[in-house]
Amino acid sequence: MARLLACALLVLLSVAGQARSEGLEVIVVDPFLEMRTGPGRGFPIVHVVERGERVRVLKRRTDWFHVQDAGGREGWVHKSQMLETLVPAGTRMEIDDPAREDFTAHRREVGLLIGDFGGANVITAYGAYAFNAHLSGELAVSQILGNFSDGEAAALGVTHVPVPEWRIQPFLSMGTGMIRIRPKGTLVQTPARTDQFAYVGGGLRAYLARRFIIRAEYKEYVVFTDRDENEEANEWKIGFAFFF
Amino acid sequence: MENRIRVLLLSAALVMAGCSSLPWRDEDPEAAPEPASAEDGETPVVIEPQVERREIRPARIDTENWEAGLSVGSLSVEDFEVNIVYGARIAYHINEDFFAEGVFGQSDAGLSSFERLSGGAPLLTDSERRFTYYSLGFGWNALPGEIFLGGRRALNSTVYLTLGAGSTRFAGGDRFTLTAGAGLRVLVKDWLAVHLDMRDHVHEIDVLGSNKTSHNYEATLSLTAFF
Repeated sequence: MARLLACALLVLLSVAGQARSEGLEVIVVDPFLEMRTGPGRGFPIVHVVERGERVRVLKRRTDWFHVQDAGGREGWVHKSQMLETLVPAGTRMEIDDPAREDFTAHRREVGLLIGDFGGANVITAYGAYAFNAHLSGELAVSQILGNFSDGEAAALGVTHVPVPEWRIQPFLSMGTGMIRIRPKGTLVQTPARTDQFAYVGGGLRAYLARRFIIRAEYKEYVVFTDRDENEEANEWKIGFAFFF
Repeated sequence: MENRIRVLLLSAALVMAGCSSLPWRDEDPEAAPEPASAEDGETPVVIEPQVERREIRPARIDTENWEAGLSVGSLSVEDFEVNIVYGARIAYHINEDFFAEGVFGQSDAGLSSFERLSGGAPLLTDSERRFTYYSLGFGWNALPGEIFLGGRRALNSTVYLTLGAGSTRFAGGDRFTLTAGAGLRVLVKDWLAVHLDMRDHVHEIDVLGSNKTSHNYEATLSLTAFF
């Protein structure tokens, strides 16, 4: 294990070290750019670049750009001051940040939810693909962790968003999948059961910022057991997702 | 006879030349500006500029919002000694204040005091003694700042708080686990960071008969790269 980790670390460091770019040269249009020692508002301003001067953008981390001026001095500049800079062709520097409109138009979504499934804790990872603004298909895998049983579930479903223009979107969902439950028995070893289930549910999705979504949902499950009676369970979950 | 053919050929050539020149003039009246326009005082177009505008595609700026790395440290498994733990972590920096993070770790727990003192049969098998956890959650860069090394060198650093949820596999079962912690991240290079993390993994366990809440404290040192 330790040797494997050491090898992985070496590979990681070599890859990260190589990934340096030449940078993009831009002309300052704001009265001045403030260069800070680090990518954050708390770091001190150590240098100022005036309007008309050229700087080279080396990389970006969150909303901060690492730039180098003509004299070779380096520092971090906030996005708000970079929005007005020009590339040598005379056009504005393109900053392709996802916004609220992309939330309505996005195709793919990946997220993570935690909550309660019939009294047990549940952790779910899901991926969704939108066929159009209203309808999307979803694939979710869950780990169920309870006091009396553990299990896993995989589900395939469809989600319908009636009003995709809203910032907070209600949605309806239904689908089917398989669930595997392993009862925790310290005295009697009960075999694991694998059953099919179906669900209907609904929830809310809200646009947070950039490409992030907060999502909360409730689902009613029917598990088709091979016994006389089907089992029913309900589930609520909350979590975050990002779209791309 | 010969003369008549020659006249016929010549006249045909003349007609063809005339026809071919006519539409060319009609098609492109601006190419040969009329002298009349020059008399009106306008400057005659001498050369039509034929420069195509160059399509410049600026180089994409390298974004470094992801951070991944490996960690090593010590994990105190409640009732089962303190042991070495190996792990991995990945984080996505949402903005300068918050990041989403996933951590994974593995350790082999030791003997409980009961097992050591009683000298009886061990409570757990070797495979049940393996402690594996994962946790997914958020971090908040609470105290960004700098670490000063001597008078001329400063390294950017952040003290952050984390909160996550996940699962722990130990003593023959998976358990829902909440993880809370605090850490210090020091940027040795712009793309390379060293972390010192303290985390508490909290879960319910019933391995010693009754159900109880178990706190498993972990201290790790990790090396991560931004990409």
